[in-house]
Amino acid sequence: MTGQTQSAIRFENVSKYFGNVKAVDQANLEIRDGEFFSLLGPSGSGKTTCLRMIAGFEVPSSGHIYLYGQDVSNLPPYERDVNTVFQDYALFPHMSVGDNIAYGLMVKGVPKPERMKRVDEMLELVQLTGYAARKPSQLSGGQRQRVALARALINHPKVLLLDEPLGALDLKLRQQMQVELKAIQKRVGITFIFVTHDQEEALTMSDRIAVFNEGKIVQVGTPAEIYEHPATAFVAGFVGTSNLVSGEVAKRITGREIRFSIRPEKIHLGTMDTNIEADSYSADGVVRDVIYLGLYTRYLVELNGGGDLVVVEQNLKTTSMDVLKVKGQAVRLHWKKEHIREVGGS
Amino acid sequence: MPSNVSYGQKASWGLTLAAWGGLLFLHVPILIIFLYTLTPDETTYTFPLPGITFKWFGVALQRTDLWRALTLSLRVAAVATVAALVLGTLAAAAVYRSQFFGREAVSFLLVLPIALPGIVTGIALRTSIGALDIPFSYWTIVVGHATFCVVVVYNNVLARFRRMQGSQIEASMDLGANAFQTFRYVVFPNIATALLAGGMLAFALSFDEVIVTTFTAGQQTTLPIWIFSQLTRPRDRPVTNVVALFVMLITFLPIFFAQKITAQSADTEGGSK
Ligand SMILES: Nc1ncnc2c1ncn2[C@@H]1O[C@H](COP(=O)(O)OP(=O)(O)O)[C@@H](O)[C@H]1O
Ligand SMILES: [Mg+2]
Repeated sequence: MTGQTQSAIRFENVSKYFGNVKAVDQANLEIRDGEFFSLLGPSGSGKTTCLRMIAGFEVPSSGHIYLYGQDVSNLPPYERDVNTVFQDYALFPHMSVGDNIAYGLMVKGVPKPERMKRVDEMLELVQLTGYAARKPSQLSGGQRQRVALARALINHPKVLLLDEPLGALDLKLRQQMQVELKAIQKRVGITFIFVTHDQEEALTMSDRIAVFNEGKIVQVGTPAEIYEHPATAFVAGFVGTSNLVSGEVAKRITGREIRFSIRPEKIHLGTMDTNIEADSYSADGVVRDVIYLGLYTRYLVELNGGGDLVVVEQNLKTTSMDVLKVKGQAVRLHWKKEHIREVGGS
Repeated sequence: MPSNVSYGQKASWGLTLAAWGGLLFLHVPILIIFLYTLTPDETTYTFPLPGITFKWFGVALQRTDLWRALTLSLRVAAVATVAALVLGTLAAAAVYRSQFFGREAVSFLLVLPIALPGIVTGIALRTSIGALDIPFSYWTIVVGHATFCVVVVYNNVLARFRRMQGSQIEASMDLGANAFQTFRYVVFPNIATALLAGGMLAFALSFDEVIVTTFTAGQQTTLPIWIFSQLTRPRDRPVTNVVALFVMLITFLPIFFAQKITAQSADTEGGSK
């Protein structure tokens, strides 16, 4: 499939409003045939809305969506060659696993012997051979997930949509399913569009990624491009490691017993004589590592007295030579108090 | 599947006694009715019975006024139930699926007829029927009964919709089913037992309704009204008792099954979690 350049999905200036909320804002996007494509972004950034517009559950407020060249913007879900794996699986509780998987064929009027044959193939694909007679309630979360996948793939859709399909699984199962999903996608050769807020998941699984922020697509590229050449400070911060500060370090910085996160692009790198305003927090440390990313640079700063913080700064007048010289220097980090986000746990 | 897992301690004997007392209080009068269908003495309730006879069953069979009342009641209950199933389901679907303005108000207004005393519903209906110059007939009774039958179905179906995973409908459409197929294969199986339970309850409610009926019936006599009118005729008492027994069976069986059905489906749904 690689080498083919026809686009599976194309967004042309697509916007979606819910009342006053701009869920998706002027999105332009091209997803290639056979790609494993991820929509990555924080919660509420418009990923699900994009997916639902491709599936046909939402109609764009403006703009057009093309599926293999055909304008599908206003087609109902049952007239599109697209299937979805739902976040909550949405299995039919009154049907057996076999009937769930066969549903797409059944409503199309495929005869029963053919249906049973295809169900068996699907069960084998998702490694659930022998489970056809069970009810969904008799399966574990991971198994339900596989049934949902088999049910969505049996129609051989042109595009498969997956909305945070691994979100409900525990870490170990999640990693196992990541590998398996990727293998299944290779085997069936169908375009997968995968929604996630987990940057690591997106980086490891995808051929290409679109990064969302506040309804806008801020960057599209391969995992390497996005990681190494983030287009905005937001991407650099979101895709880079985020900072989670707790315990002694948090207490030293804020004077309170809290745990907080601070986004790398919100932290400023200053010299040791920087004055700290009352509305800011600060921490002193030494730059241990510098990663030059073109427009941005990612610094790893080891704080005096333990702990470290990742900082992302835009390269305004600096060259790669300048930023690399910072390594080993003592710095004073500072950021606005309003930019920390307190998180639960301790 | 074990349906009733026992938990907590065994009930104390005081509680057991109270429970039995309650049961007796509720059911002794019913037993008395049953007993006095067998008495040969038609006017008084003497105990012990002076003898045992089944002749009142025969007498009841031959009363044409009774049969007319019974058929009318069955016809009213059947049509009111069917109307309730259709309207109640549609109303529940509308309230569940959409977020229209005044949704809560509509829901409240729908449930109101069952909360209002029957006498208020009755007067209201009679006034409107009179004001609109509609002659009292079989259909006015049906409309009267539909007011509370719709509520029963609506409540049952809405509760089921709320327990149903909404994304199932989207999943069905996503897999290529049109609206009709989605209703048939996904929505209907999900609400089927709620419809059955709601329908049976509605039927039972309609079958023995007196208050609203007296306001909407005009000259017609439904079975409960027939029984009521019998109270003034002491000589017919055993016949009335026979009929009461019959009414009890007709209303008890649907309610019994409705309970069984809802309990069962609650079990299976609980088991899936
Ligand atoms: N049906 C809806 N009605 C109103 N607002 C919605 C609806 N669906 C999504 N939104 C809003 O649109 C924005 C984007 O949501 P969503 O696409 O679900 O984001 P994500 O999947 O990235 O978390 C959010 O602000 C959300 O509250
Ligand atoms: Mg989402």
